[in-house]
Amino acid sequence: MENKKLTFAFMDPPFENERTITFFRIVDAALDGGADVQVFAYEGAAALAFALQKAHGNSVHHRDAEEEAHPLTKDWIAALQKKAERLGRQLDWVNCGLCVDERGVNESIPGCKRGSPADLWRYASSSFNTLVIGTR
Amino acid sequence: MKILQIVEQAFRTLVEEQDDTILWLTQSMAGAGANLEVLLSGNAVYYAVMKNRQPAVKIGDWVQQEPADIPSDLGRILEQDIPVYVLKHELEERGLNVDMLRPSIKPIDRTQLVSLYKQVDQVWQW
Repeated sequence: MENKKLTFAFMDPPFENERTITFFRIVDAALDGGADVQVFAYEGAAALAFALQKAHGNSVHHRDAEEEAHPLTKDWIAALQKKAERLGRQLDWVNCGLCVDERGVNESIPGCKRGSPADLWRYASSSFNTLVIGTR
Repeated sequence: MKILQIVEQAFRTLVEEQDDTILWLTQSMAGAGANLEVLLSGNAVYYAVMKNRQPAVKIGDWVQQEPADIPSDLGRILEQDIPVYVLKHELEERGLNVDMLRPSIKPIDRTQLVSLYKQVDQVWQW
């Protein structure tokens, strides 16, 4: 059977640069393409799944929190999890444990696990290919 | 499966993490059984000639106790029998040369890069 599993190792945090949204769009497209996806969130990316992220209003936009509907990466991950389930695909997500500890972002949304570089090796070994996106 | 880790972004997080995060990842993955090689390119070629650990940072009364020690990290990688390569022309662009390299680091030129890529299954450009 054809292996359509892809691994992504990602290093960037939420809200800092264009690589983060690009990474999410690639994962979204990978699910559309019929791939199972495994993500190893390293360094700043360990905060992408932080459950205590909070949307805020924006006085410059003259919108309160509800109207602004500020994007949160934890919601993007949840949306991808829901999409994967709907499509019958697998989306596994592991945060580097030491990375979440040093940032105090241990409380992840459901489905995002704590792990180590051994998980990245396990993911890569079982995948058709791996894309690493480092911080620049 | 063999992976080539290309370290290009040098000195990234050296103060906060007290190491290079990809050299650390390499050591950790190798400990879990990964088959890895390392290529130093871009500003990371400086790693191949470094002899001293980083100076300790002082912020107010806070003084760093364990600054990054790249020579020791590279030493541990080499002790794990992980090959470490460096691009010669990128050394020379920065006023460095192969005589400055620590022993066991292998200088390669652009043409050898092709065969290096061919001998691994995946190339991870960090």
